[in-house]
Amino acid sequence: MRLRIKFKKYGPVRYIGHLDVMRFFQKAIRRAQINVAYSNGFSPHQIMAFAAPLGVGLTSNGEYMDIEVLSMESISSMESISSMERTSSMERTSSIVSCADVLARLNAVSVHGIEVVSVKVLPDNAGNAMASVAAAEYTVRFRQGREPVTDIQAALPAFLAREQILITKETKKGSREADIRPGIFQLTAEKLSMEEFSAGDSISLRMLLDASSGGNIKPVQVIQALLADHGESLKENALIITREDVYTDVGTLDKRALVPLDDIGFVC
Amino acid sequence: MRERKLALSDDILMRIEKPERYIGGEYNSVMKDPSKVAVRFAMCFPDVYEIGMSHLGIQILYDMFNSMEDVWCERVYSPWVDLDAIMRKEHIPLFALESQDPVRDFDFLGITLQYEMCYTNVLQVLDLARIPINAADRGENCPVVIGGGPCSYNPEPLADFFDIFYIGEGETRYRELLTLYEECKTHCLGRVEFLRRAAKLPGMYVPRFYEAAYKEDGTIERFFPVEEGIPETICKEIVMDVTDTYYPTKPVIPFIKVTQDRIVLEIQRGCIRGCRFCQAGQLYRPVRERDVETLKKYALEMLENTGYEEISLSSLSSSDYSKLPELVDFLIEECGKRHVNISLPSLRIDAFSLDVMNKVQDVKKSSLTFAPEAGSQRLRNVINKGLTEEAILKGAALAFEGGWTRVKLYFMLGLPTETEEDIRGIAELSNKIAATYFDTVPKERRAGGRVQIVASTSFFVPKPFTPFQWAPQCTKEDFLDKAYLTRTAISEQLNQKSIKYNWHEADASVMEGVLARGDRRLCEVIRRVYEKGGFYDAWGEYYDNDRWLTALEECGLSAAFYAHRERPLDEIFPWDFIDCGVTKDFLKREWEKAKREEVSENCKQKCQSCGAAKFGCGICFEPR
Repeated sequence: MRLRIKFKKYGPVRYIGHLDVMRFFQKAIRRAQINVAYSNGFSPHQIMAFAAPLGVGLTSNGEYMDIEVLSMESISSMESISSMERTSSMERTSSIVSCADVLARLNAVSVHGIEVVSVKVLPDNAGNAMASVAAAEYTVRFRQGREPVTDIQAALPAFLAREQILITKETKKGSREADIRPGIFQLTAEKLSMEEFSAGDSISLRMLLDASSGGNIKPVQVIQALLADHGESLKENALIITREDVYTDVGTLDKRALVPLDDIGFVC
Repeated sequence: MRERKLALSDDILMRIEKPERYIGGEYNSVMKDPSKVAVRFAMCFPDVYEIGMSHLGIQILYDMFNSMEDVWCERVYSPWVDLDAIMRKEHIPLFALESQDPVRDFDFLGITLQYEMCYTNVLQVLDLARIPINAADRGENCPVVIGGGPCSYNPEPLADFFDIFYIGEGETRYRELLTLYEECKTHCLGRVEFLRRAAKLPGMYVPRFYEAAYKEDGTIERFFPVEEGIPETICKEIVMDVTDTYYPTKPVIPFIKVTQDRIVLEIQRGCIRGCRFCQAGQLYRPVRERDVETLKKYALEMLENTGYEEISLSSLSSSDYSKLPELVDFLIEECGKRHVNISLPSLRIDAFSLDVMNKVQDVKKSSLTFAPEAGSQRLRNVINKGLTEEAILKGAALAFEGGWTRVKLYFMLGLPTETEEDIRGIAELSNKIAATYFDTVPKERRAGGRVQIVASTSFFVPKPFTPFQWAPQCTKEDFLDKAYLTRTAISEQLNQKSIKYNWHEADASVMEGVLARGDRRLCEVIRRVYEKGGFYDAWGEYYDNDRWLTALEECGLSAAFYAHRERPLDEIFPWDFIDCGVTKDFLKREWEKAKREEVSENCKQKCQSCGAAKFGCGICFEPR
């Protein structure tokens, strides 16, 4: 049985890299005594798949990981030593059987800033988290003092009206040109009022971008392209980015229908 | 909930290598309300996070301090060179990981001294924390800087930089020290009065209350307390019952991969063996075993609390732990169920250990390690390493039959009395082990057809409180000649194609020797090296030998005096005022026996009257 786990990442742990988040969950799953399945072979590892790696420094309200479990019951680490006294902390490992319990057990052994928000059981035919990713939604703000001169809100209609937006993508084999326009599914901007943003007038962008393995677009690439139209370049480390959610496409070839990855599973 | 603040800005964290080293917030790290504690203790390992986080001693003390309601203990490590440069340029003071508060505002800064080459990092930490490097320059509001760990058994080269050295095991006296501190603070007695009173607590060495007088030849004439009531000798502190003491069953789990990325279960302290080059074997006497039932309980608790995928047993010689088979069987059973690996370092290679390794390792057999330390039986007798060629070859044969094909061998070059013959012995032993493979494993069963022997040599560094504390250390040139001879001898062997040879850098080994047996006058040398830009000297890429040689010369000192001369038996050593249990008479007897190539029985076989029995615990009081 596969579980799809959605979690948030915020605060100082935004500096924990993707691989270390994986290692964190491998340990947390053991601590939570989840009956996770292991691969066969010389060095068995937990069967787990992450949706889309999140860059260092970004926060997120919608990260996903699939794990394969043998049952929803917890492994009681104390079963084998009945002779030893049982303490109250050991008692909490009695068997429990719902998605809500898995969620509670994981959060009980997590750190501040990594918080599981939903656990669902995946149908057998569902693709894994990584293969399913079609799009990601971001909120992007500018760091104080690094806002561009360009009026982004005013510039948006012309930017989105372009048929083609070519950027240079750096790859392992060098750089290549890519058209990011088709991958910008939605892009809106709103002014934040004084109350919302103490630093004065500022802008918040909402982006829904292609996040598939072939066409992934980063928010910074969109902003750079937009500013380039106005002869401006983005200041270093200027963006504060939150990934809001990750989406899969349940539509047809002709018509995209994006739903959050955890719409696929069901609660048990 | 309000986010934990970070001491470093987003710009810096995005720019440096591994920002995870500096943000804290790891699982099991302890947060407290600073307004509700009386003492804030910053515990520092003066090396990079991945090394420091792997150290069990700090985990034990972190757990102990944080179990005290009035104390909050936090961690500090050396910032890596990239962040170090930024902190200097942008005037960012060194901070503790948990609260991210400046170390300067703490009550105590504890620094563990695990190896000599980290001494310049101690200065880096003080400097970045903006604590005056000289203890004498520190004002009332400066943290009390306290050192501990194995190098504090000869604290003299660092005497200027520390307010207190805690000699011995940390579990015993910290409560008293902190209570004293709180009392002195309440009554506004001031820093010096606190230190004066601390100096009278068992195990506490406060260098400012002592002075050394030197003879014309540079050796010590006299070492003495300068005030009435300050003890002349400091006896090491020791935990009498290692079962009934603090154990960190909820260690901090780092986000990033660290050197020791596993559960560590300390099964015993001390070692029965008495190898004459080994300092730990003398410092931690007598051997004290932990109760096996308690260890089982700890193991299960830690598996539950950490989620680690590997558990390792820690001790100086695991094979000597009396309940090892029972413990290992238990772990195999429990870890098997949980997909947790077991790692068993420091095991003697024999039928038992090979059987155990067969059970705990999968098909991918890792390499086996032998530490003969010397190439000939004669020299192994000199160093009292009770490992015979017969035992090595028998162990190797068993291992080859069991499917292992890789063997690692550890040797030392430059041991006292070493001859060319002994060095050739390294090559010959390596060759015999390779030959054993071809004799033991028939052609059709040789997977890949090859056996791989990796022989590594390190350069011998004489250490205080060992029978070799009187011995001369080789010069760099001697060392390199010896390494060359080893390499040549190996290349002359029949099975030389199966043998790979590695040797260490010689420069740093000599400087380690200088610092290990150094005196107070080296404080100035260390300070100058640091001022010339030297730190992270334990890292080959940052070690600059010329910097050290220049500093020695500027101070009118020489490596020859500290490292290369044989010391007379009646010389007063800088560390003589410390009593580690083992007496100087016993060490002298062992030094004489070494020169006569005589071995000594281990503690289980026959008591050698080393002096450690005075502590009244451990193996000294067990039936043999």
